Amino acid sequence: MADLSIDFCGIQSPNPFWLASAPPTDKAYNVVRAFEAGWGGVVWKTLGEDPPAVNVSSRYSALHGKNREVIGFNNIELITDRSLEINLREITAVKKAWPDRAMIVSMMLPCEEAPWREILPLVEATGADGIELNFGCPHGMPERGMGAAVGQQPDLIELVTRWCKMYTKLPVIVKLTPNITDVRAPARAALAGGADAVSLINTINSITHLDLDRMVAYPIVGGASTHGGYCGAAVKPIALNMVAEIARDPLTRGLPISGIGGIGNWRDAAEFIALGAGSVQVCTAAMLHGFRIVEEMQDGLSRWMDTQGYANIAAFSRKAVPNTTDWKYLDMNYQVIAHIDQDKCIGCGRCHVACEDTSHQAVARLVEGNARRYEIIEPECVGCNLCEITCPVEGCITMVPQETGKPYMNWTQDARNPRAEVALGEV
Amino acid sequence: MIESLQHLPQAPGTHATLAERFTDLAPPLTARQAAIESARCLYCYDAPCTRACPTGIDVASFIRNIHDQNVVGAAIGILKQNIFGGACARVCPTEILCEDACVRNNELEAQPVKIGLLQRHAIDHAHFDTHPFRRAPATGKTVAVVGAGPAGLSCAHRLAMLGHDVVVFEARAKSGGLNEYGIAKYKLPGDFAQREVDFLLSIGGIEVRHGQILGVNLNLQDLHTRYDAVFLGIGLGASRRLGLTGEDAPGLSAAVDYIATLRQAQDLAALPVPRRAIVIGAGNTAIDMAVQLRRLGADEVTLVYRRGVEAMSATGHEIEIAKTNLVHMRTWAAPLEVLLDAAGQVRGMRFEATRMEAGRLVGTGAMIEIAADAVFKAIGQSMDGDSLFDPLAQELERDAGSDKIHVDAFFRTALPGVYAGGDCIAPGQDLTVQAVQHGKMAALAIHGDILSTSSTAGA
Repeated sequence: MADLSIDFCGIQSPNPFWLASAPPTDKAYNVVRAFEAGWGGVVWKTLGEDPPAVNVSSRYSALHGKNREVIGFNNIELITDRSLEINLREITAVKKAWPDRAMIVSMMLPCEEAPWREILPLVEATGADGIELNFGCPHGMPERGMGAAVGQQPDLIELVTRWCKMYTKLPVIVKLTPNITDVRAPARAALAGGADAVSLINTINSITHLDLDRMVAYPIVGGASTHGGYCGAAVKPIALNMVAEIARDPLTRGLPISGIGGIGNWRDAAEFIALGAGSVQVCTAAMLHGFRIVEEMQDGLSRWMDTQGYANIAAFSRKAVPNTTDWKYLDMNYQVIAHIDQDKCIGCGRCHVACEDTSHQAVARLVEGNARRYEIIEPECVGCNLCEITCPVEGCITMVPQETGKPYMNWTQDARNPRAEVALGEV
Repeated sequence: MIESLQHLPQAPGTHATLAERFTDLAPPLTARQAAIESARCLYCYDAPCTRACPTGIDVASFIRNIHDQNVVGAAIGILKQNIFGGACARVCPTEILCEDACVRNNELEAQPVKIGLLQRHAIDHAHFDTHPFRRAPATGKTVAVVGAGPAGLSCAHRLAMLGHDVVVFEARAKSGGLNEYGIAKYKLPGDFAQREVDFLLSIGGIEVRHGQILGVNLNLQDLHTRYDAVFLGIGLGASRRLGLTGEDAPGLSAAVDYIATLRQAQDLAALPVPRRAIVIGAGNTAIDMAVQLRRLGADEVTLVYRRGVEAMSATGHEIEIAKTNLVHMRTWAAPLEVLLDAAGQVRGMRFEATRMEAGRLVGTGAMIEIAADAVFKAIGQSMDGDSLFDPLAQELERDAGSDKIHVDAFFRTALPGVYAGGDCIAPGQDLTVQAVQHGKMAALAIHGDILSTSSTAGA
């Protein structure tokens, strides 16, 4: 079996699966259960200054799919609502009992040097393997000048990161908020401040849905609601993009990334790792199904690695990064055309109506008595993938690359581009 | 109607214990099941299920409405195409119609969406404070409808919607036709059929007169004179005969008569029930009869058919119901003789074994005797010859080789102003849903014809 162990900016872990800083890592009881289940590490739920935060009731809401599967998850919880002393004592005990697991402590303190100087040594004394700076929490804490309020200002990120590097020798992971325009700016700031790694994404500002009778959004607190932090499967595409942006940014290239956002199975994890993550953090999936999901995640990942011949995580880490580029460098001469496998087609007509109504009128509907047959009108097909996406039968519609006989040519080289750089071979 | 069976013992058990065996054969979906099942619909374009539905219900649309928690919208979507959507959800052979056509009924999945049960869910859970369809401004026309079954009432409802007044003439004491008198009790249990009729009539403009029997106290000539148009939805009132001696002996009955009595019985324990019975036939009525006899406590019920199972008109689903209820099946046996005991009562039947020979069914000469206290004929229905006796009715053209009323594509008979639909005409599959469609389409034809006639007259 493939070796799943990792060394993430000096932090050793038996597998790349960590629990993200969140309710599942709030206290010793949960973390011990997580380690018993097989999680490689945890990021202990964010510590702050005393007195601890106070939470409201209720706290979570979700976007459900057709079968009540949770597509997206939203929360308005704050950082730990327990005292610093209790948390530090429990972290110490758990790390001592589970020395082979990665113990990272999430922290959120005001943008002042003193509290960092005071509390960092206490955290280091627990035996923890690293700290994660929570610059991402989108609700409650920003109003107090912390969390995303810091994460949205690169100069503050750099400043706080520098303090941390000054007052602890532990690896410092800076957790980034996605509630910004360009995630590369805070990542660069973290690196400039001396960060050992970044982790992303934190949750996205969100309102999931409303009670239309009471005219109030969820989660409802009294008669009102507020925006929360969005996570779960729905945010995975956003997280993957942000991870890739940092992984391929020349200014941050090589900066270790702990990938977070909608990871629920081994395949999700593999995708994050292929786009540049060295470890992955999970929360929503565990909150919905319990800690045991890590068993299937480990099993699936290692079996897939075996079939691919990847002996360890590093063997495929970042492997998809070189294939992620700017639009302008895509090959304008590449062409795919949809193909319908008539043996698999069940005749639902979704490809036809989707293309007919909203795209390129490239799926013909042939009626023979009661039988319907759908065929691609190849000259009209632009290869958009829409029919393949709406088709309910996996593998029925495939996008087939065409032999155009034309060489690679990107937009910067394209004569149709009025601002063409006309620099063949530049890329 | 089943006087010929009065010598038989009464059903074993009390009414209450027997009634428990006649509750819903297929239980309704729970809200959770409906949510899960509705999520399976792929919302096909130009969906095959809709094409397979004789009334053209937009199945994908009503299922999407169910899933989006718009059950009233779902029900209206069904009812605007089929005002008997509730009964059809229960009695339609969906396995040969919409669910057969469902794209999820493909080889690799073989699990069609449960369209019938979802349709029932929508109708059962939609509550209307007032009738959901409004009548068009009054046209001043009045149409006579003969027969308050699915065809007649569907026609009446659509005519009422279009602004016409309707008088429905019904022979029996209750409206509903086969829904009230002819469907197996466990398919349409309780007073569902009457509630559905009440709902349908709540549109207004429809008067139903009971005890009005065509050929007895009603004739086509009068109706034709007094009303702007006439729709005949008279069904098939006569049970076919076996053509054997002993056919009128005590112990022999038409299945439809027994089923009607069963459906109307206040006390199931008072019904005569044979210990051993033979049901002759191969359609859904034969299955309904055999299964209901078993549920009433008959020990041994044998369904006899002169051809093989593959030729039976009962659907596979129905045959499964018969098997589940331990009905014996005897195929390749043709009725030869009703056997009577010394008292002249049925004691069994003799059949001749059959086989196919050069594409023809022939007797092999081998005899089969089956002992039984009663024999039920379910070999089909035919037109009641007395109903269309008057001179005008004599002019109704019949289909070649049958006694069914001939109609054109718009359900017009050979007589101008007279229309017909349901089981008394040939097209279709003798299904409730088919009759509903006939009535609806005939109403549209009547509407167009009488308005164009009157405008021509006015010009």
